[in-house]
Amino acid sequence: MSVLVFAENWDGKFKKLSFELVSYGTKVAEMLGTSATILSIGNVADEELSKLGNYGAKKILSLKNDALNILDSQAYTAVIAEIALKEEAKVIVISNNNTGKSIAPRLSVRLKAAIGSGVSKLPLSTSPFVVYKRAYSGNAYANLELKSDIKIITLAQNSFDLIETPNQVSIEAAAANVDNSMVKTKVNDVQKQTGKLLLTDAEIVVSGGRGMKSPDNWTPLVELADLLGGATACSRPVSDEGWRPHEEHTGQTGKIVAPNLYIAVGISGATQHLAGVSSSKYIVAINTDKDAPIFEAAQYGIVGDAAKVLPKLIEAVKEAKGR
Amino acid sequence: MKILVCISNVPDTTTKVKFTDNNTKFDSTGVQWVINPWDELALTRALELKDSASTGIQSVTVAHVGPASSEPTIRKALAIGADDAIRINTEPADAYQVAAQLAEVLKNEQFDIILCGIESSDFNGSTVGSMVAEFLGYPSVSAVSGLNIENGNAIITREIDGGKETVSVPSPFIAIVQKGIAKEPRIAAMRGIMQARTKAIKVVEPITIDALSEVTSFEPPQPRAKCIFVDAENPKQLIELLQNQAKVI
Repeated sequence: MSVLVFAENWDGKFKKLSFELVSYGTKVAEMLGTSATILSIGNVADEELSKLGNYGAKKILSLKNDALNILDSQAYTAVIAEIALKEEAKVIVISNNNTGKSIAPRLSVRLKAAIGSGVSKLPLSTSPFVVYKRAYSGNAYANLELKSDIKIITLAQNSFDLIETPNQVSIEAAAANVDNSMVKTKVNDVQKQTGKLLLTDAEIVVSGGRGMKSPDNWTPLVELADLLGGATACSRPVSDEGWRPHEEHTGQTGKIVAPNLYIAVGISGATQHLAGVSSSKYIVAINTDKDAPIFEAAQYGIVGDAAKVLPKLIEAVKEAKGR
Repeated sequence: MKILVCISNVPDTTTKVKFTDNNTKFDSTGVQWVINPWDELALTRALELKDSASTGIQSVTVAHVGPASSEPTIRKALAIGADDAIRINTEPADAYQVAAQLAEVLKNEQFDIILCGIESSDFNGSTVGSMVAEFLGYPSVSAVSGLNIENGNAIITREIDGGKETVSVPSPFIAIVQKGIAKEPRIAAMRGIMQARTKAIKVVEPITIDALSEVTSFEPPQPRAKCIFVDAENPKQLIELLQNQAKVI
């Protein structure tokens, strides 16, 4: 018996999300009285792999196979299923990001394993096996019993605190039955922005709504985000108007984010917007309307016009950071 | 080519969410039911493709797993422009059971492209589409924000971390679609509503399959502390609170 964690990498590097998965999987294994096996797929150097040891990993399987350079949901499912069976995994932990969402449900069918997706806490109990997940777009949470022999958990990003427990890791090369003939996805073109902090990875997000009044007013908002080491986002009307790119839209039909700090500037806080940001640990609202619903979701608020408040806020951050 | 769009029946997104029976069941009293927003966008894109003659799309069908009470939602899809519908006559229990039912029906149907929304706004599972694909052994592409047909081939745009990829997979395939796939959902016109009354809804009896999971109870989100207001003239105080009280910057 074991817990299998799929630790994704990005161009051979891990990020905080990978460490969250390892921390989480190690804890679940402890609850079950067993150990976690970490699976890495792709060309990741041993030095990078050993970083997972800081978060409880002991046994790492490193699978390098060129057929897996493209994310093909069928090929990845076949490989992870094969390794899960070999490792006698009772619980499989995967991220609830785009990659995880494309693999985990297929794995669920392949292994007849119940899936708890977008889980944000450790299992409430292991017998019965009950997980806690977001439901009704953040307006509720469900305690979900997973009744099958093997269970799959997809972990919500930035929902589980890292647990640092340094370990010596053993890295084993792993093999699986996969070749190019299994890969049905053909990638014809890639457009990638490198070096930019991803909205879903950001611990601080500064987001603008219609109260920003014009796309020309975004400079101070971007400056504030940069000063705080955060990413920028926007509400749906702003992306629909083309003031900001679609990738920045947070909300029910846009990106679901859960940063430590979400600063909503000129956003009234419609249910659909809150559905995408309500898992943020802290929300700051800046809005001219003191009755705006965003203040009900926020811990800190300023009633005022973005154009006037932002420059003062920037000064205050600069002062606090000694710049 | 024929397109199938899987649609889920969900409470209107502005619904005040409440539960009954000791917090084990959703309280549907007075609730307005709608097509799941992402499924509606998927349907919109399917209809846009059908409208363009060069794509060679012959028909758009919708499929739904649910009891007769969800037929108004199916009629809405038909009013928007779907040609016909399939309803699998069973109460949805979990994603696995729903996907198994859909897959069973699709085994005997010929669709080239199957579209599913990224998640339902009630269960937020993000699972059914890919599960159907696995049951059928079809390729699936997730996080799809663009779909076009060129020379009879589907050109798919999918979101990856920090960018986009243009990909292709052989038909039949399942695309799990999200923001960007279509801009605004279509609104049914009076003519569409009239036509929808006579369009066919094929009712299929379910197969016997057990759910793998069960919601034991629902909980409201953790209540947030009351908002602390800071004077607009003195944002410095806000920064101090964020540094010393919240400890997030």
